[in-house]
Amino acid sequence: MTSRAPTSLTNLINGLVLLALLALTIAVAYINLGPLNTVVAMAISGAKAALILLFFMQLRYSKPSVWIFAAAGFFWLAIMIAMALSDYLTRGWV
Amino acid sequence: MSAATLPVRFEHQFDDPAQQRHAATLGMWIFLATEILFFGAMFLGYTAYRVYYPQAFAEASRHTLIAFGATNTAVLLISSTVMAFAVGAAGRNKSRPLATLLFVAAALGATFLVIKGFEYSREIHEGLLPGRHFRIDVADRMHAEMFFYIYWVVTGVHALHVTIGVILIAFFGFRAWFTDAFRDHDTPIELLGLYWHFVDIVWVFLFPLLYMIDRHTS
Repeated sequence: MTSRAPTSLTNLINGLVLLALLALTIAVAYINLGPLNTVVAMAISGAKAALILLFFMQLRYSKPSVWIFAAAGFFWLAIMIAMALSDYLTRGWV
Repeated sequence: MSAATLPVRFEHQFDDPAQQRHAATLGMWIFLATEILFFGAMFLGYTAYRVYYPQAFAEASRHTLIAFGATNTAVLLISSTVMAFAVGAAGRNKSRPLATLLFVAAALGATFLVIKGFEYSREIHEGLLPGRHFRIDVADRMHAEMFFYIYWVVTGVHALHVTIGVILIAFFGFRAWFTDAFRDHDTPIELLGLYWHFVDIVWVFLFPLLYMIDRHTS
């Protein structure tokens, strides 16, 4: 089973990159980028989540069916947020 | 039959251990999908209120204690890394290192909870707990209070998940140390790891959304 698992070195590097991204999140938060602050913060969080999903949660080493099951949760989350915001964000238009 | 030729355990409805492992992994991801939507509802509530009252949320967010939040983010990320090593040790049938790594991961999770406890205590002392004693020096007090309603509920539910994780990880650590429950049977450790990494991902999004909406103006 070890052949399809990430190596210890991969896990170590992934952990260090995640901590570096944490430092980056904090540093960027103190720079005024206007509305881009939230965009950048979410982009960094998205990158961290992707690294955790791919290596720690081993999606990179998993079968396509596992990918589909993992994507389903995020897919429905995207539908929920998109549909709800299509209401909240457009109420001022009428 | 000698110990070396004992077959790997798997239930009768599966063709082989690989299929059993695959089914278990899919089942865990289905559970995690429900968790994504469970936390997602709270993220949605946060987003809707923040879109409507950006100023109140920005001002309220500046009252959170960022040193606690940042330290706790690092603690959880390190705990996740240790858990990844534990899953690796389980795959190589190394029971003692597996148990040790699980204990370290659980201890880091407990550290998170202790830090969170001190943070909650200071926030209550500063009047940031919504209710009769809520006090905050901002223009839109009502929606600053809404920010803290969301803050307490979502971090509280997350802390509950961390608590469950710490208990499970410590329990699995004792089983790995005292029994051979995970010998040639590392799937439970993998699934426990999936849960722990998921809890980490939730915090990775909570940290910037709660603590750092507006740190650049002060």
